[in-house]
Amino acid sequence: MNTTSATTTDEHQATLKTLAQTLGEGVFTQSRFRDNLRLHVPASRLIDLLRALRDQCGFKLLSEVGGTDYLGYPGRTGARFEVHYVLRNLETSEYLIIKTGVDDPDPTLPSVVPLWSGADWMEREVFDMYGIRFEGHPDLRRILMPPEFASFPLRKDYPLRGRGERHNFPRLLRGES
Amino acid sequence: MALEPSVAKSDSRASGSVLSLKPASSIEVPENTILTTINSVVNWCRKYSLWPMPFATACCGIELMAVGASRHDIARFGAEVMRFSPRQCDLMIVAGRVTMKMMPVLQRIWLQMPEPKWCISMGACASTGGVFDTYAVVQGVDRFIPIDVYIPGCPPRPEQILRALMDMQDKIQKGGAIQGTALPELMTNEARRVQIESSPSPALARERGDEDRYGYRIPGGPGQVGDRESH
Ligand code: SF4
Repeated sequence: MNTTSATTTDEHQATLKTLAQTLGEGVFTQSRFRDNLRLHVPASRLIDLLRALRDQCGFKLLSEVGGTDYLGYPGRTGARFEVHYVLRNLETSEYLIIKTGVDDPDPTLPSVVPLWSGADWMEREVFDMYGIRFEGHPDLRRILMPPEFASFPLRKDYPLRGRGERHNFPRLLRGES
Repeated sequence: MALEPSVAKSDSRASGSVLSLKPASSIEVPENTILTTINSVVNWCRKYSLWPMPFATACCGIELMAVGASRHDIARFGAEVMRFSPRQCDLMIVAGRVTMKMMPVLQRIWLQMPEPKWCISMGACASTGGVFDTYAVVQGVDRFIPIDVYIPGCPPRPEQILRALMDMQDKIQKGGAIQGTALPELMTNEARRVQIESSPSPALARERGDEDRYGYRIPGGPGQVGDRESH
């Protein structure tokens, strides 16, 4: 998993050291892609890790929350869904991606709205598209799709053209309108 | 009233129009008088004072603005008074994609417009859904509201919009009555279309759930989407 290219000036060194001191070893695993460092953490330790990053390592900005559905992905062995949090340290410009897997049925994660209130709408979007519930979210409603929509459209087992939801409107004819 | 056109005798007229109309009864029609119907006068007034309601939801709306601006100048056709309140409008121009979340809004705005009213569907997206054949985008607003003129293009040129406006004017002149609520031949057409669409016909296939052609395919695997449920 760890494909680190061992650069001498690793901008994440200080962060990783602080995390090891705060949380101890074995909480997360790392992977790298180009200049991205990803930390994979189980859902049970997610909030601990994010809180340590915010309070001890200076990641004051949560710039993105997103989801992925790995259903049928070749070579995938982990959980079906993955939620990622992109954090940014505004002083050092360091940025870091936290990933956590969550599985069927009823995928549920703790909400990070208590840590970053900006996560509110981003978690609503992930809920809207993937049906991943965020426990502790103050107002978990759909944000993009209409409230009566029943499916989660970015799940891979949802057909691209939908299940006829867009056709269920009354038809206004000229004589009636 | 049955009118009998007849060429006036030249000796009885020193000047004026050559043709005069002589009714079957003995009513004299004075010179320089036009006979017409109230309906066509009303339609003539209506067609040169259209008040558009711009329902611009996407990029086509930008082109619609260009039509309103000085270079193309929709005011030459008497339709420059764009109003953003449906109560003041009689021509709806649907310019852009309409999603299923927007469709109830569109229908409500259409219902809020006073009669007589007309509708232009502008651009590929409003007319057919365009390239956006996804779960969220309505595949043509004419499925849910009546449309009088369609404009093809992505986006249509301003000239096409002016052309559509002229077609609209022709249509208004030809149909409609002052006491009626709608254009009679359009209602006939619409009833016919509903009848055609409701009768099963191989030529008009209903939209299929052909995910195998358009849907998501699992990388490296066959199209196996839609038959597995996760919730
Ligand atoms: S038809 Fe083309 S220009 Fe018009 S709304 Fe659709 S994509 Fe945009």
